[in-house]
Amino acid sequence: MNKIIKYVIADLLRSRAILVYAVVLFVLAGSVFSIEDNADKGVVSLLNIILFVVPLVSIIFSTVYLYNSAEFIELLVSQPLKRKTIWLSIFTGLAGTMALAFLIGVGIPIVLYSFTPSGMILLLCGTILSVVFVSVAMWAAVRIRDKAKGIGLSILLWLYFALLFDALVLFILFQFSDYPIENGMIAVSMLNPIDISRILILLQVDLSAMMGYTGAIFRNFFGTGWGMAITALVLLLWVAVPAWFSTRFFERRDL
Amino acid sequence: MITIQHISKRFGKLQVLNDVSLTLEGGQCIALIGPNGSGKTTLIKTILGMVVPQSGTLLFKGNPIGRQWEYRRDIGYMPQIGRYPENMTIGQVLDMMQDIRKVPEAALDRELFEVFELHTMLDKRMGTLSGGTRQKVSACLAFMFRPEVLILDEPTAGLDPVATELLKDKILAERNKEKLIVITSHVLSDLDELVTEVVYMQEGRPLFHKSLDALKEETGTDKLGKAIAKVMTNEEPTKGVSV
Amino acid sequence: MVGGMAHAATIQVGTSYPVKSIKQALEKAADGDTIRVHGGTYREGNIAIHKSVALMGVDNPVIDGEKEHEQFSVFVPYVTINGFTVIASGKSSIRDIAAIKVYDTHHATIENNILDDNFFGIYIQSSKQCTIRNNKLTAYGETEQLTGNGIHSWKSDSLYIAGNTIVGHRDGVYLEFVTHTEVRDNQALDNRRYGLHFMFSHQNGYYHNTFSRNGAGVAVMYTKQVRMENNTFSENWGDAAYGLLLKDITDSHIEHNVFSRNTTGILMEGSNRVQIQRNQFEGNGWALKMQSSCMDNELTQNNFVQNTFDLATNGSLKLNRFIRNYWDKYEGYDLNKDREGDVPYRPVSLFSMVVEKYPMAMLLFRSFMVTLLDRTERVVPSLIPEDLKDDAPMMKPVAL
Repeated sequence: MNKIIKYVIADLLRSRAILVYAVVLFVLAGSVFSIEDNADKGVVSLLNIILFVVPLVSIIFSTVYLYNSAEFIELLVSQPLKRKTIWLSIFTGLAGTMALAFLIGVGIPIVLYSFTPSGMILLLCGTILSVVFVSVAMWAAVRIRDKAKGIGLSILLWLYFALLFDALVLFILFQFSDYPIENGMIAVSMLNPIDISRILILLQVDLSAMMGYTGAIFRNFFGTGWGMAITALVLLLWVAVPAWFSTRFFERRDL
Repeated sequence: MITIQHISKRFGKLQVLNDVSLTLEGGQCIALIGPNGSGKTTLIKTILGMVVPQSGTLLFKGNPIGRQWEYRRDIGYMPQIGRYPENMTIGQVLDMMQDIRKVPEAALDRELFEVFELHTMLDKRMGTLSGGTRQKVSACLAFMFRPEVLILDEPTAGLDPVATELLKDKILAERNKEKLIVITSHVLSDLDELVTEVVYMQEGRPLFHKSLDALKEETGTDKLGKAIAKVMTNEEPTKGVSV
Repeated sequence: MVGGMAHAATIQVGTSYPVKSIKQALEKAADGDTIRVHGGTYREGNIAIHKSVALMGVDNPVIDGEKEHEQFSVFVPYVTINGFTVIASGKSSIRDIAAIKVYDTHHATIENNILDDNFFGIYIQSSKQCTIRNNKLTAYGETEQLTGNGIHSWKSDSLYIAGNTIVGHRDGVYLEFVTHTEVRDNQALDNRRYGLHFMFSHQNGYYHNTFSRNGAGVAVMYTKQVRMENNTFSENWGDAAYGLLLKDITDSHIEHNVFSRNTTGILMEGSNRVQIQRNQFEGNGWALKMQSSCMDNELTQNNFVQNTFDLATNGSLKLNRFIRNYWDKYEGYDLNKDREGDVPYRPVSLFSMVVEKYPMAMLLFRSFMVTLLDRTERVVPSLIPEDLKDDAPMMKPVAL
């Protein structure tokens, strides 16, 4: 398994898109921190960029890469290798590269300017989001044969997680505001890794608005050991479940 | 060496392979021919485990392949379109395959590698290569590990005449080593000197499976292309009969 | 020590003096005398002062109430209590036991004392012209019920409360029906409920005080003609916390204060004709929450910096005036270079209105959807109050 991962990563690291992605992140993060005098404010400004860019780039780049590698994957399948090994190697390679690009692009400025708990949690969340959206891309790409349709699905999925899901949450809030929905809403937020990351990071930077009534509810959940454990588990599920489904599907799929 | 028993495969409503049974033996070079969409590539992919049939069994050296993967150690495959990760160099692709196959350096067949002069461009990225050069890499990879079975899908497409001849020589040499070679090609003239048997596929099933000599004798021609044409016109009314 | 000067004798109290207890000294003393109490611990139960004397602590005498008594009770005018460490008063849910309580009198002076672990600290009841200065009060009650107020005053007039530090009490300073009083330079920190709490206390002034990390902040209610200047309200965090709650406050001035890092900077209900000028609102969740019951208030030349929301309201606030404030979220321009923006600023965002109505919407704070909605709304207002705007927002922060 390692050998394929090694070559996939070597291939990806030489890709211009990955290089540009890391450099753009680096420049963005660097300039945000040099403009903001307060490190926590920098983290908050960076938060919006990261929650927007990281899932988008991760899912689109991975989908395109997978479709472009169709013939290569076929070649690998014709070799004495288990399909599961092939698929998981590609996943690991992609996820590792996206995470690495993110860690270099954003990690260096954060370590330089904002080596704080909030900075660390931002790094952690961005890394996990990279992996989650590679995982989702694996699923989208294996389900759909047609490249254009597959990329379309990826963009839709991204749009859903980045925007539509929140609209849905707002709608639910309006509809059920008369009921005690607090815990329910926290559960709903677990259905979107971007939302989980956003709340986790906002709770770390001490924004006074998060100290209010709702903040207290979040804190009661995310602030406790159990809450953190559940959150971590949910994020891991967001990595594992799409990857697992895609692997299962890939094992049976005709190439 | 490969026994195909009652294999059927449907893609949606399309019956791509329809109760195919064939026996492919070592020492033969078998041409798998037929019109577009007759199921040639699907048959190859089934043998390679890329396509899983709905029914039927495939025996490799007497063992059903099922969901096995180890048997592919003994197969070398050259795909119709060889595309590789764009930023990998030729050297890396070769290294990777070597890593996967775990064949020691000394046991490798580097003949094609030498004659195609790939060693001069080990550092070139796959993304920058011409289609022909990529075919050369594919061919190299197929033969490199000295497999007992070679499956070549349109091997000469995109190759220049010199390379085509070099490849043909190599195929002949391997055939004489009692290996099984399966070739699909549209260019029937290329196959004349190579093949010993012909499988003609049509609408998902083999129309016939004959030795080249028998075929030529039956049709009274000495070229594969003409023989096929003749067979087609003769057998038209009773098509679907396999031999 | 020369005896015979009947009108101004000094009595020494201490283990090494003939007079061993304060009570004994008080029996001997006449009005106008000074009683010097030397270092040591005095457990004398309740010390009731019925003579106009000055009690001066020397070398930190400790008055221990043994968790049972009210240590000092003052019943006559012109009493001074200075330099004592008063600890461990009794606690009661029926009586308001205090370390030092002043009953129906005037001109009491309580200064330079350390009050530790008492129920109420200093309690002024129906008295006038009292001075409470430079005391340090600390309490450790676990809940609001188990703790009294630090400086508590009821039905009094013309008090001077200055330079005190009050930590851990229920309310730091509590004034009810207290008039013409000046509260200055005090620190109210980490109190269970409010740093400062007053009701029906007209014509008082509060200057240069710091109210930090109190349970709910500062609450002022049902009062006219208040001046609050140069105070700091900070770090009052919690689900129902604010820097300053104004409830039914009229004709008052709130100037030069700093509201920093509170869940809500100022929460205004039913308040009219309040001038809010030259204050700094920084890093609050909501700088200002103004209920629709507020009228004729004027906010001018305040700085709003790094607040999550500048203003939230449940109405249109038509009758209040916002002018010449600095808002760091303002994105307008100033073509005529008069240092005032040429387009109005709307301090209420759509999302702040949504959160006001559905608090759980904070779940979506800083999501793209919310940013998108807010941007759209600012360009084409449809739901936010049309008239709620600052027509001359400052381009640069106001120098305070």
